[in-house]
Amino acid sequence: MSEPLVTLSGVTKTYAGITALSEVGFSIAAGEAVCLAGENGSGKSTLNKILAGVERPDRGTIAFSGQVQGPLSPRASTEAGIKVIFQDFSLFPNLTVAENIAFSAELGEGVRLVRRAKMRDLARATLDRIGVDIPLDAAGETLSVAHKQLVAIARALATEARLIIMDEPTTALTEREVRGLLTIIRRLKADGVAVLFVSHKLAEVLEVCEQVVVLRNGQKVAEGPAQDFDAASLTRHMTGRDVAAEPPAPLRADAPVLLQVQGLSKAGAFDQVDFTLRAGEVLGISGLLGSGRTALAKALFGLVAPETGTITLDGRQVTRGDPVAAAAAGIGYVPEDRLTEGLFLTQSIVQNIAIGRLDSHARAGGVLNLTGLLAEARDWLARLKVKAPNPDAPVRSLSGGNQQRVVLARWMARSPRVLVLNGPSVGVDVGSKAEIHGIIAELAAHGLGVIVISDDLPELLSTCHRILVMKGGRMVEDIAGGSLNETELAHRLAS
Amino acid sequence: MKIDWTRNETLVALVILAFCLLAALSDPSFLSIATLTDLLRGGIVLGIFAVAAMLVLISGGIDVSFTAIAAFTMYVTAMTLNALMPWMPWWAALGFGMAVGAGLGAINGLLIAGFGLPTLIVTLGTLSIFRGFMLTFIGQKQITTLPPSMREFGRMMLIRGENADGSFYNLHGAFVVTVLVVVLTWFLLQRTMLGRQIYAIGGSVESARRIGINVRGVQFFIYVYVGVLAGLAGVIHASMARVANPFDLVGLELSVIAAVVLGGARLAGGHGTLTGTILGVALIVLVRNSLIVLGIPATWQSVTIGLLILLGTGLPAWQAKRAAARAA
Amino acid sequence: MTQSPVQRLVSSPEGRLAVIAVAVFVLMAALSPDRFLSLQNLTSMAFQFPEFAILALAMTLTMLTGGIDLSVVGVANLSAIVAALIMTRLTGSSDGTVVFLVALCAALAVGMAAGLFNGLLVAKLGLPAILATLGSGLIFTGFAIALTGGSAVMGLPAAAAWIGNSTILGIPTPLILFALLAVGLSLVLTRTAFGVKVRMFGANPLAARFAAVNIDAMLIKVYVASGGLAAMAGMVVMSRANSAKADYGSSYLLLAVLIAILGGVNPYGGYGKIIGVVLAVLSMQFLSSGLNMVGVSNFARELIWGSLLIFVMIVNTWRPAGRRN
Repeated sequence: MSEPLVTLSGVTKTYAGITALSEVGFSIAAGEAVCLAGENGSGKSTLNKILAGVERPDRGTIAFSGQVQGPLSPRASTEAGIKVIFQDFSLFPNLTVAENIAFSAELGEGVRLVRRAKMRDLARATLDRIGVDIPLDAAGETLSVAHKQLVAIARALATEARLIIMDEPTTALTEREVRGLLTIIRRLKADGVAVLFVSHKLAEVLEVCEQVVVLRNGQKVAEGPAQDFDAASLTRHMTGRDVAAEPPAPLRADAPVLLQVQGLSKAGAFDQVDFTLRAGEVLGISGLLGSGRTALAKALFGLVAPETGTITLDGRQVTRGDPVAAAAAGIGYVPEDRLTEGLFLTQSIVQNIAIGRLDSHARAGGVLNLTGLLAEARDWLARLKVKAPNPDAPVRSLSGGNQQRVVLARWMARSPRVLVLNGPSVGVDVGSKAEIHGIIAELAAHGLGVIVISDDLPELLSTCHRILVMKGGRMVEDIAGGSLNETELAHRLAS
Repeated sequence: MKIDWTRNETLVALVILAFCLLAALSDPSFLSIATLTDLLRGGIVLGIFAVAAMLVLISGGIDVSFTAIAAFTMYVTAMTLNALMPWMPWWAALGFGMAVGAGLGAINGLLIAGFGLPTLIVTLGTLSIFRGFMLTFIGQKQITTLPPSMREFGRMMLIRGENADGSFYNLHGAFVVTVLVVVLTWFLLQRTMLGRQIYAIGGSVESARRIGINVRGVQFFIYVYVGVLAGLAGVIHASMARVANPFDLVGLELSVIAAVVLGGARLAGGHGTLTGTILGVALIVLVRNSLIVLGIPATWQSVTIGLLILLGTGLPAWQAKRAAARAA
Repeated sequence: MTQSPVQRLVSSPEGRLAVIAVAVFVLMAALSPDRFLSLQNLTSMAFQFPEFAILALAMTLTMLTGGIDLSVVGVANLSAIVAALIMTRLTGSSDGTVVFLVALCAALAVGMAAGLFNGLLVAKLGLPAILATLGSGLIFTGFAIALTGGSAVMGLPAAAAWIGNSTILGIPTPLILFALLAVGLSLVLTRTAFGVKVRMFGANPLAARFAAVNIDAMLIKVYVASGGLAAMAGMVVMSRANSAKADYGSSYLLLAVLIAILGGVNPYGGYGKIIGVVLAVLSMQFLSSGLNMVGVSNFARELIWGSLLIFVMIVNTWRPAGRRN
């Protein structure tokens, strides 16, 4: 029996007193898909960086085909055939698809002149290998997220790849795109390429991998064939406790209509969208690629300007296409990407919360009532149980789940009537996810209307009273929550 | 031929055509060899500067010190050759200029690539340092007697001719240098991996590092290359003007960058073509030299250039904004 | 871990600037003790720096939003020329006080209108600030040239000399003006809703949009304020030169940017303190006057300013406490 492709043994890494990894060891065989599962902070990214040669372990060994390696560098790691695909794909927006795929390979060969034909051939060959057709001359920035990922995978294959590490590859993809990715992973495996799939989206983990390794707090807590695990046991290992998905408390029959959307249309995004939202209701909106659900969510908050249609809140029309007007009318929006869209990373935690309330605390001449403003922000920190020992520290010092709570606090401080949450628990660990769902239920209990845009089927089922399905820009289904299970919901979405 | 209306190059080319049309209507003698050689002359030094500025913009930076490098180089070259090597032939002056420019560019390169300091600020600082150093320690007086090499170069004409009315026109030999610079830079950017790496760095510095591009090495190279071009431009300027005035050239930087941006290069980096840059320079030169023909007094020159810059960059910006709003 | 007072002082960029300002003062005083420390010199310095210091304030404000205002000198000159033309055309009381006040209001109006133009370009059209203010600066300077034919406007009434040359209770008036503007701007930036929005926007423009901040209104106010400040600076220049010309203060643009950056303002937005800018202004002025006394030429000033800028940048990059983003 030949040696496994990569074997880690006793890998330990500490950063400034914090143990990121402790005595972690497992192996990956050629053509095998291994899933590395764990919450944020479990040590997954550190392990990736060590395998990629970007970081060195303090203790422990890494062996390739049985040969223990000296200290790894990014170059040594790449030459050994280890390719890491980071979450942002590391593409060049201004270069063509062909150049993006072949650049690294050409660099590696040390050529000085551009070999245009060779690059195109190489690009075409790798795209064929994964069974994908993307125009070679398209500029990187014009590609969809799914296509960018495919180009990133093609690039990894352009030079000899024996292990491809994918860091949270499905975060930005829809259901159908995920299916496509899993097919590609199967092809890679058949080709003898090993895959390390780092994720905390549980369903995919089990479907595509032979082996599962679970990290928690830097230690390996479980390892074994994928068929030995299911969603519940994985969650238990990752969080250390059971997290059950329960449907939400039923809505009061006499709840008044809060938000009415009629005939909302925007060319190329969505068409004739109608729905109502009642006070205390949690409405889910989901759909596949091109369904228009994100554009719709943004349109509700004015980030996108619809051409026709009306949005009425409490009987009053909300001006379209203007976030300031939407916020003033009582609509709030928690964005998908909190790091770039939601937070001011260098500013303090309280400032991040208080930014929505500046005008409310302004006295004559625009002068702020600073004490009132900051006290209110600190109050919200406590109410949402944000773990922040120093509220004046920059918000980037918080964990992902706490950061999401800061964004929530900002909007809740404005006492909105409707809160739109776009992917509320994307990139958030399982434990925090449950707590955020608790906050959603609380908001609804206080009479707010909540709209949840999500791809995460368990999330939709456990938080929403109704789920609207969008397809091709139109609203095609209105499903009562609790009437379906996950498999059925997936079918309805895909059909 | 498919015309892409959304590209800057197309718009600028159209404005140039319209301008020439209007000028020709105002004054039929506008369309003559004399006008053409005048315009080409105006573009010689500006063209070299613009190519240099474009290179830096593509890599994602901004350099405002190149005019100071040019002034420093031309003054030092004139002084040194006069004092130490008056026997050198014309090409030695150019070579010397390129060497001095390279040295100054290397200082920029060291600060930007070596220390990782932001490009705009560093080059603002080195602009002051180079200029200040020259005026304090090297000299403030114009050098009216240039070394023989520079004088010889200043007399080299590509084309000479006489107009119908007895006046003369000519095109200086330095035009060849500008053409060579453009061709060489085109080759660098489109046909060498180094050039593609420059675009890559401008597109995403982080991705460039991850695939193993030696970002610091490439950046150092860029600033040295820019220094060489600036030095060259400085020596050419002095040779053509028959005098080395240390107060010349500085002040043009922003207009050069504006010309390059007009031609399609983006301040954010990653984009820029030689065609566009040439067109941008052509437009600026056209406006500077030919407003009179359209009946606009010289005192309104600044306003015209300012308006052109605003229109030329404002239209694409507004289009981009509308496209972004439509895209959702 | 307790830090010594010196360590605490040096760990912030403004603290380091204070050290530099004091060091420069001491050095210059040591080089020419009698002349540098004389009341005449101190007063002279206090008359000299406000004009470019006010421009630096304008530059700081726009830089905080991640933009820049390259038109400040153009606006200053245009406003001054408009004011000067009014004063030379209108006749009021014998010393021209009323006329001066009218001209002052006109200058402010011109400055703010110019700022409004810039603000609209940046906010509504989406032009990068460098390009917008580059173009508009050329236009404003162009108008100034067109109004005057390129020559200076002279023959200002006596009242015009007040703002740049007089003293109030022994303190030079321009210094008082600068101090008021600096304190005012600092308060606005830290204690008003507008100021907080400016700083947050500079830190993350996208998040500001998602947080429903009225960005267009805020940006327009920033550029209007910058234009107003530039007009004030122009009035001081005019008063001290007793004339107005389209090309006055051309070196002040670079100087304003240098001072802002030296003062710790992050040109990409999100960080900057007025006290830092003030300390940078003082450092530059001490150096300038001190070196002048020792016989160092004016041009050496440029050399030293550039070197100081690079030096401070290197130091700031290497000290983690001073790191921004």
